[in-house]
Amino acid sequence: MASLRDIKNKINATKKMSQITKAMEMVSAANYSKAESKARSYVSYMDKIQEVTASVAMGSTDVNHPMLVSRPVKKTAYLVITAERGLAGAFNSNVLRKVYQDIKERHKSEDEYVIIAVGKVGREFFKKRNMNIILDLVGISDQPEFLDIKDTVSQVIGMFSDGVFDELYMYYNKFVNAIRNDIISKKVLPITDISSSKKLLSYEFEPTAEDILDVLLPLYAESLVYGALLSSKAGEHAARMNAMKNATDNAHEIIETYTLHYNRARQASITQEITEIVSGAAALE
Amino acid sequence: MKTLKVSVVTPDGPVYDSEVEMVSTKTVGGEIGILPGHIPTVAPLQITAIRLKKENDTDYVAVSGGIMEVRPDQVTILAAAAETAEDIDVERALRAKERAERRLQQIKQENFDIKRAELALQRAINRLKVARAKGK
Repeated sequence: MASLRDIKNKINATKKMSQITKAMEMVSAANYSKAESKARSYVSYMDKIQEVTASVAMGSTDVNHPMLVSRPVKKTAYLVITAERGLAGAFNSNVLRKVYQDIKERHKSEDEYVIIAVGKVGREFFKKRNMNIILDLVGISDQPEFLDIKDTVSQVIGMFSDGVFDELYMYYNKFVNAIRNDIISKKVLPITDISSSKKLLSYEFEPTAEDILDVLLPLYAESLVYGALLSSKAGEHAARMNAMKNATDNAHEIIETYTLHYNRARQASITQEITEIVSGAAALE
Repeated sequence: MKTLKVSVVTPDGPVYDSEVEMVSTKTVGGEIGILPGHIPTVAPLQITAIRLKKENDTDYVAVSGGIMEVRPDQVTILAAAAETAEDIDVERALRAKERAERRLQQIKQENFDIKRAELALQRAINRLKVARAKGK
Protein backbone atom coordinates (compact mmCIF):
# COMPACT_ATOMS: atom_id res chain seq x y z
CA MET A 1 0.00 0.00 0.00
CA ALA A 2 1.18 3.50 -0.90
CA SER A 3 2.41 5.56 1.99
CA LEU A 4 0.44 8.46 3.38
CA ARG A 5 2.83 10.98 1.93
CA ASP A 6 2.65 9.46 -1.56
CA ILE A 7 -1.11 9.73 -1.58
CA LYS A 8 -0.98 13.27 -0.27
CA ASN A 9 1.38 14.24 -3.11
CA LYS A 10 -0.92 12.68 -5.66
CA ILE A 11 -3.88 14.59 -4.31
CA ASN A 12 -1.99 17.86 -4.44
CA ALA A 13 -0.76 17.25 -7.99
CA THR A 14 -4.25 16.40 -9.19
CA LYS A 15 -5.66 19.48 -7.48
CA LYS A 16 -3.16 21.69 -9.29
CA MET A 17 -4.02 20.03 -12.57
CA SER A 18 -7.71 20.60 -12.01
CA GLN A 19 -7.02 24.29 -11.37
CA ILE A 20 -5.25 24.53 -14.71
CA THR A 21 -7.97 22.72 -16.63
CA LYS A 22 -10.57 24.86 -14.91
CA ALA A 23 -8.75 28.03 -16.01
CA MET A 24 -8.45 26.73 -19.56
CA GLU A 25 -12.12 25.94 -19.56
CA MET A 26 -12.95 29.50 -18.62
CA VAL A 27 -10.62 30.96 -21.25
CA SER A 28 -12.22 28.75 -23.88
CA ALA A 29 -15.68 29.74 -22.72
CA ALA A 30 -14.84 33.42 -23.21
CA ASN A 31 -13.31 32.74 -26.63
CA TYR A 32 -16.22 30.58 -27.56
CA SER A 33 -18.89 33.19 -26.92
CA LYS A 34 -16.91 35.74 -28.94
CA ALA A 35 -16.24 33.36 -31.80
CA GLU A 36 -19.79 32.16 -31.84
CA SER A 37 -21.31 35.62 -32.16
CA LYS A 38 -18.78 36.45 -34.86
CA ALA A 39 -19.66 33.31 -36.80
CA ARG A 40 -23.33 34.16 -36.50
CA SER A 41 -22.99 37.77 -37.62
CA TYR A 42 -20.92 36.58 -40.57
CA VAL A 43 -23.86 34.62 -41.92
CA SER A 44 -25.57 37.82 -43.14
CA TYR A 45 -22.50 38.79 -45.16
CA MET A 46 -22.21 35.31 -46.60
CA ASP A 47 -25.90 35.23 -47.57
CA LYS A 48 -25.57 38.55 -49.33
CA ILE A 49 -22.48 37.64 -51.29
CA GLN A 50 -24.00 34.30 -52.21
CA GLU A 51 -27.11 36.02 -53.47
CA VAL A 52 -25.18 38.49 -55.62
CA THR A 53 -22.82 35.83 -56.95
CA ALA A 54 -25.74 33.60 -57.83
CA SER A 55 -27.52 36.42 -59.65
CA VAL A 56 -24.46 37.38 -61.64
CA ALA A 57 -23.24 33.89 -62.45
CA MET A 58 -26.65 32.53 -63.36
CA GLY A 59 -28.01 35.71 -64.93
CA SER A 60 -25.33 35.63 -67.57
CA THR A 61 -25.14 32.17 -69.07
CA ASP A 62 -22.70 33.06 -71.82
CA VAL A 63 -19.90 33.83 -69.36
CA ASN A 64 -17.07 31.37 -69.05
CA HIS A 65 -15.00 32.47 -66.14
CA PRO A 66 -12.12 30.05 -65.41
CA MET A 67 -13.23 29.71 -61.78
CA LEU A 68 -16.63 28.41 -62.90
CA VAL A 69 -15.46 25.83 -65.41
CA SER A 70 -14.83 22.22 -64.43
CA ARG A 71 -11.82 20.77 -66.19
CA PRO A 72 -10.47 17.24 -66.28
CA VAL A 73 -9.03 16.49 -62.86
CA LYS A 74 -5.38 15.53 -62.75
CA LYS A 75 -4.66 16.87 -59.31
CA THR A 76 -6.92 17.54 -56.36
CA ALA A 77 -6.16 19.94 -53.56
CA TYR A 78 -7.43 19.47 -50.02
CA LEU A 79 -7.69 22.48 -47.79
CA VAL A 80 -7.89 21.22 -44.23
CA ILE A 81 -8.79 23.50 -41.35
CA THR A 82 -7.63 22.35 -37.92
CA ALA A 83 -6.85 24.04 -34.63
CA GLU A 84 -3.54 25.55 -33.61
CA ARG A 85 -3.20 23.12 -30.73
CA GLY A 86 -4.77 20.03 -29.28
CA LEU A 87 -6.52 19.64 -25.92
CA ALA A 88 -9.86 19.86 -27.64
CA GLY A 89 -11.11 16.31 -27.48
CA ALA A 90 -11.68 14.68 -30.85
CA PHE A 91 -11.95 18.01 -32.65
CA ASN A 92 -8.78 17.70 -34.72
CA SER A 93 -8.65 13.95 -35.10
CA ASN A 94 -12.19 13.81 -36.49
CA VAL A 95 -11.49 16.09 -39.40
CA LEU A 96 -8.03 14.64 -40.04
CA ARG A 97 -9.34 11.08 -40.04
CA LYS A 98 -12.06 11.99 -42.50
CA VAL A 99 -9.71 13.69 -44.93
CA TYR A 100 -7.13 10.93 -44.62
CA GLN A 101 -9.70 8.24 -45.38
CA ASP A 102 -11.07 10.16 -48.35
CA ILE A 103 -7.63 10.67 -49.81
CA LYS A 104 -6.77 6.98 -49.42
CA GLU A 105 -10.02 6.01 -51.08
CA ARG A 106 -9.87 8.41 -53.98
CA HIS A 107 -6.22 8.43 -54.94
CA LYS A 108 -3.82 5.68 -55.84
CA SER A 109 -0.68 7.70 -56.20
CA GLU A 110 0.97 10.53 -54.33
CA ASP A 111 0.96 12.70 -57.45
CA GLU A 112 -2.79 13.00 -57.57
CA TYR A 113 -3.29 15.25 -54.61
CA VAL A 114 -1.81 18.11 -52.65
CA ILE A 115 -2.60 19.46 -49.19
CA ILE A 116 -3.18 22.99 -48.01
CA ALA A 117 -2.95 22.96 -44.24
CA VAL A 118 -4.62 25.68 -42.22
CA GLY A 119 -3.76 25.25 -38.55
CA LYS A 120 -0.70 23.75 -36.90
CA VAL A 121 -2.16 20.41 -35.86
CA GLY A 122 -3.09 19.59 -39.44
CA ARG A 123 0.29 20.63 -40.77
CA GLU A 124 2.14 18.40 -38.30
CA PHE A 125 -0.18 15.51 -39.11
CA PHE A 126 0.48 15.62 -42.84
CA LYS A 127 4.15 16.37 -42.43
CA LYS A 128 4.59 13.26 -40.30
CA ARG A 129 2.98 11.17 -43.02
CA ASN A 130 5.10 12.78 -45.72
CA MET A 131 2.13 14.04 -47.63
CA ASN A 132 2.63 16.83 -50.10
CA ILE A 133 1.80 20.13 -48.40
CA ILE A 134 2.02 22.94 -50.94
CA LEU A 135 0.88 25.71 -48.68
CA ASP A 136 0.29 26.16 -44.98
CA LEU A 137 -1.08 28.85 -42.75
CA VAL A 138 -0.31 28.58 -39.06
CA GLY A 139 -0.38 30.95 -36.12
CA ILE A 140 -4.02 31.87 -36.63
CA SER A 141 -5.33 33.88 -33.73
CA ASP A 142 -8.26 32.77 -31.61
CA GLN A 143 -10.46 35.42 -33.21
CA PRO A 144 -9.23 35.53 -36.81
CA GLU A 145 -9.77 38.56 -39.03
CA PHE A 146 -10.50 38.42 -42.71
CA LEU A 147 -7.18 40.01 -43.65
CA ASP A 148 -5.29 37.26 -41.77
CA ILE A 149 -6.29 34.69 -44.33
CA LYS A 150 -6.89 36.81 -47.44
CA ASP A 151 -3.34 36.51 -48.75
CA THR A 152 -3.24 32.76 -48.36
CA VAL A 153 -6.59 32.24 -50.02
CA SER A 154 -5.65 34.56 -52.89
CA GLN A 155 -2.56 32.42 -53.35
CA VAL A 156 -4.69 29.28 -53.42
CA ILE A 157 -6.98 30.79 -56.05
CA GLY A 158 -3.93 31.82 -58.05
CA MET A 159 -2.66 28.23 -57.97
CA PHE A 160 -6.00 27.00 -59.24
CA SER A 161 -5.96 29.53 -62.09
CA ASP A 162 -2.36 28.56 -62.95
CA GLY A 163 -3.36 24.90 -63.11
CA VAL A 164 -1.33 23.68 -60.12
CA PHE A 165 -4.46 21.71 -59.22
CA ASP A 166 -7.84 21.26 -60.90
CA GLU A 167 -10.23 21.11 -58.02
CA LEU A 168 -10.23 22.18 -54.41
CA TYR A 169 -12.00 20.54 -51.51
CA MET A 170 -12.28 22.08 -48.10
CA TYR A 171 -12.53 19.99 -44.91
CA TYR A 172 -13.50 21.56 -41.63
CA ASN A 173 -15.56 21.27 -38.47
CA LYS A 174 -18.84 23.06 -38.92
CA PHE A 175 -20.04 24.47 -35.66
CA VAL A 176 -23.60 23.38 -34.88
CA ASN A 177 -23.95 24.01 -31.17
CA ALA A 178 -21.81 23.92 -28.05
CA ILE A 179 -21.67 20.14 -27.97
CA ARG A 180 -21.82 19.30 -31.61
CA ASN A 181 -19.59 19.85 -34.66
CA ASP A 182 -20.23 18.32 -38.06
CA ILE A 183 -17.39 17.38 -40.37
CA ILE A 184 -17.97 19.07 -43.69
CA SER A 185 -16.25 18.33 -46.95
CA LYS A 186 -17.09 20.97 -49.49
CA LYS A 187 -15.98 21.57 -53.03
CA VAL A 188 -14.80 25.16 -53.31
CA LEU A 189 -13.22 25.34 -56.76
CA PRO A 190 -14.38 25.28 -59.47
CA ILE A 191 -17.47 27.05 -58.19
CA THR A 192 -20.32 24.87 -59.36
CA ASP A 193 -23.10 24.95 -56.84
CA ILE A 194 -24.07 28.54 -56.32
CA SER A 195 -27.65 28.81 -55.38
CA SER A 196 -29.66 31.26 -53.40
CA SER A 197 -32.94 30.78 -51.65
CA LYS A 198 -34.01 34.32 -52.41
CA LYS A 199 -35.60 35.38 -55.65
CA LEU A 200 -32.95 36.43 -58.13
CA LEU A 201 -33.03 39.88 -59.61
CA SER A 202 -31.81 40.53 -63.11
CA TYR A 203 -29.07 43.11 -62.90
CA GLU A 204 -27.44 45.62 -65.14
CA PHE A 205 -23.72 45.01 -65.22
CA GLU A 206 -21.32 47.87 -65.03
CA PRO A 207 -19.06 47.57 -67.04
CA THR A 208 -19.53 43.88 -68.02
CA ALA A 209 -20.44 40.61 -66.32
CA GLU A 210 -16.89 39.28 -66.91
CA ASP A 211 -15.31 42.22 -65.12
CA ILE A 212 -17.65 41.76 -62.20
CA LEU A 213 -16.96 38.05 -61.96
CA ASP A 214 -13.24 38.79 -61.92
CA VAL A 215 -13.75 40.66 -58.66
CA LEU A 216 -16.70 38.80 -57.26
CA LEU A 217 -15.62 35.17 -57.61
CA PRO A 218 -12.31 35.51 -55.72
CA LEU A 219 -14.16 37.46 -53.03
CA TYR A 220 -16.76 34.71 -52.92
CA ALA A 221 -14.18 31.95 -52.58
CA GLU A 222 -12.30 33.90 -49.91
CA SER A 223 -15.53 34.42 -48.05
CA LEU A 224 -16.31 30.70 -48.18
CA VAL A 225 -12.96 29.84 -46.65
CA TYR A 226 -13.19 32.61 -44.06
CA GLY A 227 -16.69 31.48 -43.12
CA ALA A 228 -15.42 27.93 -42.69
CA LEU A 229 -12.55 29.20 -40.55
CA LEU A 230 -14.90 31.17 -38.29
CA SER A 231 -17.19 28.18 -37.94
CA SER A 232 -14.25 25.92 -37.19
CA LYS A 233 -12.90 28.36 -34.58
CA ALA A 234 -16.24 28.53 -32.79
CA GLY A 235 -16.37 24.74 -32.84
CA GLU A 236 -12.80 24.49 -31.60
CA HIS A 237 -13.41 26.72 -28.61
CA ALA A 238 -16.59 24.83 -27.79
CA ALA A 239 -14.78 21.49 -28.10
CA ARG A 240 -11.92 22.68 -25.91
CA MET A 241 -14.34 24.04 -23.36
CA ASN A 242 -16.05 20.65 -23.14
CA ALA A 243 -12.80 18.72 -23.06
CA MET A 244 -11.50 20.89 -20.24
CA LYS A 245 -14.76 20.61 -18.34
CA ASN A 246 -14.53 16.83 -18.56
CA ALA A 247 -10.92 16.94 -17.46
CA THR A 248 -11.82 19.07 -14.45
CA ASP A 249 -14.66 16.73 -13.52
CA ASN A 250 -12.38 13.72 -13.85
CA ALA A 251 -9.77 15.38 -11.68
CA HIS A 252 -12.35 15.97 -8.98
CA GLU A 253 -13.38 12.34 -9.13
CA ILE A 254 -9.78 11.21 -8.83
CA ILE A 255 -9.25 13.54 -5.89
CA GLU A 256 -12.25 12.01 -4.19
CA THR A 257 -10.95 8.48 -4.70
CA TYR A 258 -7.48 9.43 -3.44
CA THR A 259 -8.94 11.18 -0.42
CA LEU A 260 -10.78 7.99 0.43
CA HIS A 261 -7.54 6.01 0.08
CA TYR A 262 -5.76 8.58 2.18
CA ASN A 263 -8.28 8.40 5.00
CA ARG A 264 -8.26 4.63 4.88
CA ALA A 265 -4.47 4.53 5.05
CA ARG A 266 -4.44 7.01 7.92
CA GLN A 267 -7.04 4.99 9.82
CA ALA A 268 -5.08 1.82 9.19
CA SER A 269 -1.90 3.34 10.55
CA ILE A 270 -3.71 4.63 13.65
CA THR A 271 -5.28 1.22 14.24
CA GLN A 272 -1.90 -0.39 13.82
CA GLU A 273 -0.31 1.98 16.32
CA ILE A 274 -3.02 1.34 18.88
CA THR A 275 -2.65 -2.38 18.36
CA GLU A 276 1.07 -2.08 18.87
CA ILE A 277 0.70 -0.01 22.03
CA VAL A 278 -1.96 -2.32 23.45
CA SER A 279 0.04 -5.44 22.69
CA GLY A 280 3.17 -3.79 24.08
CA ALA A 281 1.32 -2.98 27.30
CA ALA A 282 -0.10 -6.52 27.42
CA ALA A 283 3.41 -7.99 27.10
CA LEU A 284 4.61 -5.97 30.10
CA GLU A 285 1.87 -7.27 32.45
CA MET B 1 -37.23 63.45 -50.20
CA LYS B 2 -36.98 59.77 -51.02
CA THR B 3 -34.16 57.86 -49.46
CA LEU B 4 -32.06 54.77 -50.10
CA LYS B 5 -31.02 52.24 -47.53
CA VAL B 6 -27.26 51.81 -47.68
CA SER B 7 -25.28 49.10 -45.96
CA VAL B 8 -21.55 48.53 -46.19
CA VAL B 9 -20.65 45.01 -45.11
CA THR B 10 -17.24 43.41 -44.60
CA PRO B 11 -16.43 39.86 -43.50
CA ASP B 12 -15.60 41.28 -40.07
CA GLY B 13 -19.07 42.73 -39.68
CA PRO B 14 -21.27 45.60 -40.86
CA VAL B 15 -19.52 48.97 -41.12
CA TYR B 16 -22.25 51.38 -42.13
CA ASP B 17 -26.01 51.26 -42.15
CA SER B 18 -28.20 54.27 -42.84
CA GLU B 19 -30.82 55.96 -44.99
CA VAL B 20 -29.30 58.43 -47.45
CA GLU B 21 -30.42 60.59 -50.34
CA MET B 22 -27.60 59.92 -52.74
CA VAL B 23 -24.60 57.61 -53.06
CA SER B 24 -21.67 58.56 -55.22
CA THR B 25 -18.51 56.57 -55.73
CA LYS B 26 -16.03 55.31 -58.30
CA THR B 27 -16.53 51.95 -59.98
CA VAL B 28 -13.97 50.28 -62.19
CA GLY B 29 -15.81 51.89 -65.11
CA GLY B 30 -15.82 55.40 -63.66
CA GLU B 31 -17.75 57.73 -61.38
CA ILE B 32 -21.31 56.75 -60.57
CA GLY B 33 -24.05 58.50 -58.66
CA ILE B 34 -27.08 56.62 -57.38
CA LEU B 35 -30.42 58.09 -56.45
CA PRO B 36 -33.46 56.22 -55.13
CA GLY B 37 -35.23 54.21 -57.84
CA HIS B 38 -32.03 53.21 -59.63
CA ILE B 39 -32.21 50.17 -61.93
CA PRO B 40 -30.74 46.99 -60.30
CA THR B 41 -27.00 47.09 -60.99
CA VAL B 42 -23.87 45.29 -59.93
CA ALA B 43 -20.50 46.98 -60.26
CA PRO B 44 -16.99 46.37 -58.91
CA LEU B 45 -15.50 49.31 -57.01
CA GLN B 46 -12.06 50.85 -57.12
CA ILE B 47 -10.08 51.54 -53.97
CA THR B 48 -12.01 54.67 -53.27
CA ALA B 49 -14.29 56.75 -51.09
CA ILE B 50 -18.04 56.39 -50.99
CA ARG B 51 -19.87 59.66 -50.46
CA LEU B 52 -23.26 59.30 -48.79
CA LYS B 53 -25.32 62.44 -48.97
CA LYS B 54 -27.92 62.94 -46.26
CA GLU B 55 -30.32 65.76 -45.71
CA ASN B 56 -27.80 68.22 -44.31
CA ASP B 57 -24.68 66.15 -43.88
CA THR B 58 -22.37 63.93 -45.88
CA ASP B 59 -20.84 60.69 -44.62
CA TYR B 60 -17.71 59.18 -46.06
CA VAL B 61 -16.66 55.55 -46.12
CA ALA B 62 -13.32 54.29 -47.42
CA VAL B 63 -13.45 50.93 -49.20
CA SER B 64 -10.62 48.74 -50.45
CA GLY B 65 -12.30 47.54 -53.60
CA GLY B 66 -15.28 45.24 -53.47
CA ILE B 67 -18.66 44.98 -55.11
CA MET B 68 -21.63 47.31 -55.10
CA GLU B 69 -25.11 45.93 -55.50
CA VAL B 70 -27.84 48.43 -56.30
CA ARG B 71 -31.59 47.93 -56.01
CA PRO B 72 -34.29 50.56 -56.39
CA ASP B 73 -34.53 51.11 -52.64
CA GLN B 74 -31.31 49.65 -51.36
CA VAL B 75 -27.55 49.71 -51.94
CA THR B 76 -25.28 47.01 -50.54
CA ILE B 77 -21.53 47.27 -50.70
CA LEU B 78 -19.49 44.14 -50.07
CA ALA B 79 -15.82 44.79 -49.46
CA ALA B 80 -12.84 43.00 -47.95
CA ALA B 81 -12.16 46.07 -45.82
CA ALA B 82 -14.01 49.32 -45.20
CA GLU B 83 -13.99 52.10 -42.59
CA THR B 84 -16.10 55.14 -41.95
CA ALA B 85 -14.21 58.43 -41.77
CA GLU B 86 -14.51 58.43 -37.97
CA ASP B 87 -13.01 54.96 -37.65
CA ILE B 88 -9.92 55.55 -39.75
CA ASP B 89 -6.67 55.38 -37.87
CA VAL B 90 -4.87 58.32 -39.48
CA GLU B 91 -1.55 57.53 -37.81
CA ARG B 92 -1.62 54.01 -39.10
CA ALA B 93 -2.61 55.08 -42.60
CA LEU B 94 0.27 57.58 -42.63
CA ARG B 95 2.70 54.89 -41.59
CA ALA B 96 1.32 52.55 -44.22
CA LYS B 97 1.72 55.25 -46.83
CA GLU B 98 5.35 55.89 -45.92
CA ARG B 99 6.09 52.18 -45.89
CA ALA B 100 4.51 51.68 -49.29
CA GLU B 101 6.36 54.63 -50.76
CA ARG B 102 9.65 53.34 -49.39
CA ARG B 103 8.98 49.94 -50.89
CA LEU B 104 8.17 51.42 -54.26
CA GLN B 105 11.51 53.22 -54.24
CA GLN B 106 13.40 50.11 -53.24
CA ILE B 107 11.81 47.99 -55.87
CA LYS B 108 14.45 48.68 -58.46
CA GLN B 109 17.19 47.32 -56.24
CA GLU B 110 15.34 44.50 -54.60
CA ASN B 111 12.55 42.31 -55.78
CA PHE B 112 9.55 43.59 -53.93
CA ASP B 113 6.11 42.89 -55.24
CA ILE B 114 5.40 46.10 -57.12
CA LYS B 115 1.67 45.59 -57.52
CA ARG B 116 1.18 44.84 -53.88
CA ALA B 117 3.08 47.92 -52.79
CA GLU B 118 1.10 50.09 -55.18
CA LEU B 119 -2.19 48.74 -53.88
CA ALA B 120 -1.09 49.32 -50.30
CA LEU B 121 -0.19 52.89 -51.21
CA GLN B 122 -3.56 53.43 -52.87
CA ARG B 123 -5.39 52.11 -49.83
CA ALA B 124 -3.44 54.33 -47.47
CA ILE B 125 -3.97 57.45 -49.60
CA ASN B 126 -7.67 56.65 -49.91
CA ARG B 127 -8.04 56.36 -46.14
CA LEU B 128 -6.24 59.64 -45.55
CA LYS B 129 -8.40 61.37 -48.15
CA VAL B 130 -11.59 60.12 -46.54
CA ALA B 131 -10.43 61.07 -43.05
CA ARG B 132 -9.59 64.59 -44.27
CA ALA B 133 -12.84 65.01 -46.18
CA LYS B 134 -14.77 64.44 -42.98
CA GLY B 135 -12.36 66.47 -40.89
CA LYS B 136 -13.26 69.70 -42.70
